[in-house]
Amino acid sequence: MAEYTLREIMTVVAAREIKDGDIVFCGTGISMIAAMAAKHINAPNSVIFFETGAIDSKLEELPLTVADPRVMYFTSMNGGLADSFATMQNKFISKHVIGILGAAQIDKFGNLNSTSIGDYLRPKARFPGSGGACDAASFVSRSIIFMQHEKRKFVQKVDYLTSPGWLDGPKGRKKAGLPGGGPSVVVTNMAIMRFDEKTKEMYLSGYYPGITPQKILDNMGFEVDISRAKEVKPPSYEELIVLREKCDPQRLILE
Amino acid sequence: MNTEKDKVMDIKEAIKRFVKNGSHISIGGFTLNRNPMAAVYEIIRQNIKNLHLYAHANGQAVDELIGAGCISKLEIAYGGNARFAPTCIRFKKAIQDGKILFEDYTNYQMALRFLAGAIGVPFLPTRSSLGTDILNKWGFSKDLRKKDPKIPNKKVIVMNNPFDSWGDASKVVLLPAITPDVTIIHVQKADKQGTIRMKGLTFADVEQAKSSKYLIVTCEELVESDELRDDPDQNQIPFFYVDAVVHIPYGAYPTACYRYYDYDPIYLNEYRRYAQDDDLFKKYLDKFVYGVKDHQELLNVVGKERIEMIKADPRTGYAINLDRK
Repeated sequence: MAEYTLREIMTVVAAREIKDGDIVFCGTGISMIAAMAAKHINAPNSVIFFETGAIDSKLEELPLTVADPRVMYFTSMNGGLADSFATMQNKFISKHVIGILGAAQIDKFGNLNSTSIGDYLRPKARFPGSGGACDAASFVSRSIIFMQHEKRKFVQKVDYLTSPGWLDGPKGRKKAGLPGGGPSVVVTNMAIMRFDEKTKEMYLSGYYPGITPQKILDNMGFEVDISRAKEVKPPSYEELIVLREKCDPQRLILE
Repeated sequence: MNTEKDKVMDIKEAIKRFVKNGSHISIGGFTLNRNPMAAVYEIIRQNIKNLHLYAHANGQAVDELIGAGCISKLEIAYGGNARFAPTCIRFKKAIQDGKILFEDYTNYQMALRFLAGAIGVPFLPTRSSLGTDILNKWGFSKDLRKKDPKIPNKKVIVMNNPFDSWGDASKVVLLPAITPDVTIIHVQKADKQGTIRMKGLTFADVEQAKSSKYLIVTCEELVESDELRDDPDQNQIPFFYVDAVVHIPYGAYPTACYRYYDYDPIYLNEYRRYAQDDDLFKKYLDKFVYGVKDHQELLNVVGKERIEMIKADPRTGYAINLDRK
């Protein structure tokens, strides 16, 4: 078995969730590498699309932000914010868009907080805010969420609900007036979590080699079902080569 | 609105003429790209205070304006600047210390609010943020909204679809238009009357520009009108929106300007170090902003070697193999 780092397995696991033909709304960092990897491995006809308006960029070098000049090179077209988000709100396109998101806090329904901890007006810790995350979470049919498995991050109730998951359960989004899709998977430094078909509650779907389901539970602020969990298939040699040689040869993110 | 033939002036005059204490402003660019930095540094040097800033994810310029104490109210979607500042540091401090009033929207919502201002409607609808705290948590009090005629009476309104189920939506969020007193953008090319050509992503610059009462444009190249009018499909903003044209090469430095130069990772890493601490940040301002008389002098302090290092490769539009760690 090939040696791999934690960030590498997280990236590969997320990449495997992207289907051929998906339009991938991605942010910066690890989500961008996952989207790049998917194109090389399992979804050659997926399209990387940035909220800044760059569509199908030729990413010869890894962008550090969605506004990096590297996303503007050899695109299908370079547009702007109003147009790119409208593309995700478009009911014909949104069905095919998968979002990749991250956050400081998540609850059992996949609602995300990337705004602040504590009182909104005078927070203990302030984060960047929604950016385009809430827009994507509102519109897209599926999303992959990257998280660190820590008690303070997997919480009963998020301090600020920035990006909608399943809200308060299976009927939550419909009640609120949101389109039908929602979060599909949470990829962490220990495990893959998914959401129950019926209850929309998070459950443990897979754990990385060397990690026990109990250790995962110990790092969460709420209980989840672990009865369906299986060990995750580690990255293959071929997958690792793609990550290291094609996606991040400068080791800007994966290190 | 201005149809004069020649709007060229220097940045000192442009800022002095259009940006006042208490002005509502917006700035172009996104995170570390095409921020109108030369203009922002001039605002700081002219000690203009109490500004109300509208931002989507404008990045470096937002953080420097907040850090220098120019901003009292902020409407924002995102305060981060890539790995150089996952959360913009002076922004974070100002909010945690209660130094500024602020209110959160999303990037799409801010773009729509500028668009509403640009097309002359009081609000636009979206389906974004239904069910979230973007709707529930307001940063500006009802009292302030009542007192200040430049702030809308409500942050947002959720409305049942007045066309019933038409468009497959039961509810929409109505977002109030933004019409800033002045918007400042940095572009690749302009002529002296203000016909504008941007290269690469335009972000929300066009909507911001058109929503604003006054528009200051700084440019890498001041070109003859013929060059822009020979290929008008490539131009984004008609000249009559523009009030000032300022020629400042490297006017977005230390942020990037596609096809001209990259962002400067050394500057942004140094900035992060200075921004962590109040005293160090004062030193930063003293050395790089107050300590230089204009943008050219800042470039001189940084040095030719660094400017050469970030020069864009003509094929890709950025600096290939730039050390960005």
